[in-house]
Amino acid sequence: MDYQSSELCRFTTAGSVDDGKSTLIGRMLYDSKSIFQDQMEQIEASSLRRGESEVNLALLTDGLKSEREQGITIDVAYRYFATPKRKFIIADTPGHIQYTRNMVTGASTANVALVLVDARNGVVEQTRRHAIIASLLQIPHLVVCINKMDLVDYSEDAYEKIKEDFEKFAAKLDVKDVHFIPISALKGDNVVHRSERMDWYDGSTLMYYLENVHIASDYNFIDPRFPVQYVVRPNTDEHHDYRGYAGRIAGGIMKKGDEVMVLPSGFTSKIKKIDSFDGELQEAFPPMSVTVLLEDEIDISRGDMIVRVNNQPEVSQDMDVMISWFNERPLTPRGKYTIMHTTQEARCMVKEIKYRLDINTLHRDLENKEIKMNDIARITLRTTKPLFVDPYRKNRITGSVILVDEGTNETVGAGMII
Amino acid sequence: MDYQLNHLRELESESIFILREVAAQFENPVLMFSGGKDSILMVYLAQKAFYPGKIPFPLLHIDTGHNFDETIAYRDALVEKTGARLVVGSVQEAIDKGMVVEEKGVNASRNGLQTVALLEALEKGKYDAALGGARRDEEKARAKERFFSHRDEFGQWDPKNQRPELWNLFNAKKQFGEHFRVFPISNWTELDVWQYLAMEKVELPSLYYAHKRMVFERDGVLLADCEYIQKKPGEVVKEMMVRCRTIGDMTCTGVWASNATTTEDIIEEVATTRMTERGGRTDDKRSETAMEDRKKKGYF
Ligand SMILES: Nc1nc2c(ncn2[C@@H]2O[C@H](COP(=O)(O)OP(=O)(O)OP(=O)(O)O)[C@@H](O)[C@H]2O)c(=O)[nH]1
Ligand SMILES: [Mg+2]
Repeated sequence: MDYQSSELCRFTTAGSVDDGKSTLIGRMLYDSKSIFQDQMEQIEASSLRRGESEVNLALLTDGLKSEREQGITIDVAYRYFATPKRKFIIADTPGHIQYTRNMVTGASTANVALVLVDARNGVVEQTRRHAIIASLLQIPHLVVCINKMDLVDYSEDAYEKIKEDFEKFAAKLDVKDVHFIPISALKGDNVVHRSERMDWYDGSTLMYYLENVHIASDYNFIDPRFPVQYVVRPNTDEHHDYRGYAGRIAGGIMKKGDEVMVLPSGFTSKIKKIDSFDGELQEAFPPMSVTVLLEDEIDISRGDMIVRVNNQPEVSQDMDVMISWFNERPLTPRGKYTIMHTTQEARCMVKEIKYRLDINTLHRDLENKEIKMNDIARITLRTTKPLFVDPYRKNRITGSVILVDEGTNETVGAGMII
Repeated sequence: MDYQLNHLRELESESIFILREVAAQFENPVLMFSGGKDSILMVYLAQKAFYPGKIPFPLLHIDTGHNFDETIAYRDALVEKTGARLVVGSVQEAIDKGMVVEEKGVNASRNGLQTVALLEALEKGKYDAALGGARRDEEKARAKERFFSHRDEFGQWDPKNQRPELWNLFNAKKQFGEHFRVFPISNWTELDVWQYLAMEKVELPSLYYAHKRMVFERDGVLLADCEYIQKKPGEVVKEMMVRCRTIGDMTCTGVWASNATTTEDIIEEVATTRMTERGGRTDDKRSETAMEDRKKKGYF
């Protein structure tokens, strides 16, 4: 059965409001025949009711009442389609600055980000903001889709100019792989089918790119990290002394017999067994969910981390993070927040705001350090207990944190450990 | 060895992670069990998540009283097999107690009344998290929902103000009286569910496979003929080979003409079908935003 060999690819849209993100997703689904008849009938009827002359493909993802009223995306919509090679999870995110937090939500787990630019307007502040976020999130591949080519006569010059602008800006960012495609989401050029109106472009279509981009190792397979999520203690006659540590492998490859260390206690032991409902496993790797049993009886609970003796994360109460701020209430200097990291939770204090990042120039603003909603900044945190961390660049799972407001319980910031 | 999971194993691992997160972060979670394939998948994944332990939360069935017999038989056998605890919330009871009034007429359905019975059961059990088998590919409002979906003290969903949800860090903090709905299989499509059930050789209720049944057509949808649905004049009952793609209350679950008698046949059928599975749900057809409206009030 070939469906057992297909990979999962997650991609997200990004870019300014009205640049055509939702229309593009609608177009991809439509041209790849992934839209069902009843869905199509529904959006045809809605488009008609709204007095639009053509079917509005953005309605495929803009499903909320208020989104349809305002004609914008407010929150992430997830859509799915599959080709024989890959199953795709699409996160269509809002371009509006007010909803940047929802864009970050959709982008945090992506393999690929499609950054849309309106060919008439070029690179604008919100394009830059999203590109910076994509680079901070270490999304491995960026595809800059220069959209609405139909409105600039499919002009190569217009395309080249924007490409140059973006490249200049991206040179200052930490992105490994940037690709450019001229498209018209509305008319379908270079989305699934090759455009006949842009002979000058000899690259691939967006769909071809997505099907073939190399995504095999977004995970860290080098440094073994196993955050304990839940302790399985059946207490039945059959499994009387069973004590298994359930969790998802966050890094590296773990094998039966490995010498391991448990943090924070520092006790060492060996992996006795890697267990699962389907039987014992010889080894496990990210992102598998398994249950690990150790040779020795050690007191281990949720939040502890099993690592290798000769390969440990940093155990620290002080850390520098790049933070993306989500809340209407600005970040409070010396303020206290709940911090969540892997399966650990602690309290933390903002010890220092190092700088605020200027979205337009990428300069470090050392003067105006008030961190408001949608700002990005580098800050220093002090936690109430040690966390077991890696730099985000090395491991997206052990390198990420969120901050939670202790009064309202809202998630107010996302941090990437430096 | 190639360190790469196929998409089904990756989805499985994601769902197991979320189920364990719920067991760890909440005091008193419950799994909403409707008897459909998605809840069956959830129970199966929960077995995997806590193996060799038992599932550490009860199953909650909101019984509309209008069930297919096969659903109840399957439910009871599953409870027996897994050793899970079953809690039943009853729509009939809510009607008898005068909490809700039964709809009348030919399109009467108890689907809307389920919300009241559900919220009542959640309150009575003091559950702080309710696990649901909803999938984002089912419907456009569901496509917008988080894995951990925060509900206020009235059980309402505020789609315009959802909490950011990043990476695998799930913030389950809440004020007293609030609760969460959690959807571990959010990222699965109907096809993924069938492919997975085939790969794992999970047996489903016979309703999902093509069988002969007395049916009639209404608004382009086939409905099973039963005592709970009043037929309009001119609606003719005939015997056909059909199967269910979703299973809910008999009054609003459409059946589909089909000859798919095995899981492999179903995969073939689902892969080529032109209609979404909820295309047969009359409860979604009541208005453009029927699902969003129901969800805001606390529906599954
Ligand atoms: N002419 C033309 N119009 C387009 C194209 N792509 C999108 N549009 C139009 O641009 C408008 C905005 O499109 P959306 O897809 O809603 O934009 P968006 O980026 O999703 O907007 P937000 O999600 O609110 O940030 C709509 O009126 C689209 O029809 C294109 O390729 N050509
Ligand atoms: Mg949009």
